[in-house]
Amino acid sequence: MKTYTNTGNKDTRSGFGAGLTELGKTNENVVALCADLTGSLKMNDFEKNHPERFFQIGIAEANMIGIAAGMTIGGKIPFTGTFANFSTGRVYDQIRQSVAYSDKNVKICASHAGLTLGEDGATHQILEDLGLMKMLPGMTVINTCDFNQTKAATIAIADHEGPVYLRFGRPSVPNFTPEDQTFEIGKALHLIEGSDVTIVATGHLVWEALEAAKTLNEEGISAEVIDIHTIKPLDEKAILDSVSKTKCIVTAEEHNYLGGLGESISRVLAQHQPAPQEFVATHDTFGESGTPEQLMEKYGLNAEAIVKAAQNVLKRKTS
Amino acid sequence: MPNTQELKDLTTQVRRDILRMVHKVNSGHPGGSLGCAEFFVALYQDIMDRKEGFDMDGIGEDLFFLSNGHISPVFYSVLARSGYFPVEELNTFRLIDSRLQGHPTTHEGLPGVRIASGSLGQGMSVAIGAAQAKKLNNDSHLVYSLHGDGELQEGQNWEAIMYAAANKVDNLISTVDLNGQQIDGSTDDVLAMGDLKAKFEAFGWTVVEIDKGNDIEAILEGMAKAKSLAGKGKPVCVLLKTIMGHGVDFMMYTHAWHGKAPNDEQLENGLQQNPETLGDY
Repeated sequence: MKTYTNTGNKDTRSGFGAGLTELGKTNENVVALCADLTGSLKMNDFEKNHPERFFQIGIAEANMIGIAAGMTIGGKIPFTGTFANFSTGRVYDQIRQSVAYSDKNVKICASHAGLTLGEDGATHQILEDLGLMKMLPGMTVINTCDFNQTKAATIAIADHEGPVYLRFGRPSVPNFTPEDQTFEIGKALHLIEGSDVTIVATGHLVWEALEAAKTLNEEGISAEVIDIHTIKPLDEKAILDSVSKTKCIVTAEEHNYLGGLGESISRVLAQHQPAPQEFVATHDTFGESGTPEQLMEKYGLNAEAIVKAAQNVLKRKTS
Repeated sequence: MPNTQELKDLTTQVRRDILRMVHKVNSGHPGGSLGCAEFFVALYQDIMDRKEGFDMDGIGEDLFFLSNGHISPVFYSVLARSGYFPVEELNTFRLIDSRLQGHPTTHEGLPGVRIASGSLGQGMSVAIGAAQAKKLNNDSHLVYSLHGDGELQEGQNWEAIMYAAANKVDNLISTVDLNGQQIDGSTDDVLAMGDLKAKFEAFGWTVVEIDKGNDIEAILEGMAKAKSLAGKGKPVCVLLKTIMGHGVDFMMYTHAWHGKAPNDEQLENGLQQNPETLGDY
């Protein structure tokens, strides 16, 4: 079984910051906007190097989205930065009308997504953002899994014409994807080949899926692990090819099971190839205060939960 | 550049267009559209420095953003009569498969429209973004926007008003259509906004008042003044006092015609008050 090495824990938001720094050097049309969270979003470097292209909006996210939409008129490529909650739910109508419906080339970059924001609690832990964003016509939705992938995705979306939601997080997590990768929007990554069960994960749950596959392997279960970094457009072929082999699937995400990656995959399977599916996700609940590890354990979003889900789905599989 | 009489003739024709568009589909917003007819005609025929044709980025020309998108009839009529698309297309207003959606949008690729609007309160932020992009591009042209007075009840406007002054967005001229009416009644009855001039000035804007907002000469003079105040470190607000439904006597001084179309008889009456000048579409 293929294994992956953690080259050292890093936060995905720093991957975003590093990508933005790179874009500052290579693409003069890239501008950055932030709503009073420059440090949290790791946008300081861009601000320092390109003050004329950095716009401090203040605590006014609705205004930030509108200004970003306006800046595209004149050829700029705006990257907005704030927490995922304030990047989506708070400004849904602004994104819907001024960005998505108006076909504007805005990159909505969202940190501190999900439970792993930790101690600040449920007011800040959005678990509904993927659903909100994937429902908007024309919106590309990306949820990256580690530092390197987040950096590569940040660079890649500048070359993609159209609105993008890029979701990442706060905690330090294993960094295991290649440093020199090219990020391909909409292309699933086959991390481990397997034959008994497909595990599809996104964001912070991808590393957990790799850990789960190790445990399952020790039990004699061959798990195929796929990283779906792009929730929309979804790489349907990768999912169907894998499930045609394994006949069952576990989906894992730091998001509500209503509206998330799992439901997108259910739709694809129901249309083309019905198969048993288990959801590692939050189940229609808000989060709460705690450390990221405590929360991920309490809400069943770790390797152990994925192993259990795989065991359960295997029992439901008809050969 | 057209003379004042030509602008007045065009305004009369635009009023006919507005009435006929909303009558045909028995929907749309004639009141605010009629009240802003002179402003749109002055803006597109005289005030703005526009290029031929339409390019979304609008580099090297003045830009306009309509924030109160429900007055799309006047916007569409003036865009068509300023050469952005054939006037015959006004016939398709609010019909299925039309580029002239109920509220303006870029989605169907209608030339002249740079942002969707309709959900209120978003246009000033967009105009600020476009104005800042112009500065980044070393483009000295101006950005204009129009907002309803009732629309200022949306909080996003005040985020934008605060930001534009703090960041010296002085290539922006935002006009507020002060007709004092909104759907549920007068703005004072629904949610009084107090002294808007004092509010804008307190937020750091320069304010120009046009008391006769349905008088072409007064608009030209007031907007020329607004232009002369651009580039001096402050965004410019124009408070344009208009009469909702102007030019059609039974639609004036009331909010009743905010979003209601005239019947056959009312249309005839309204058209008689505004005789054909440049030819109907």
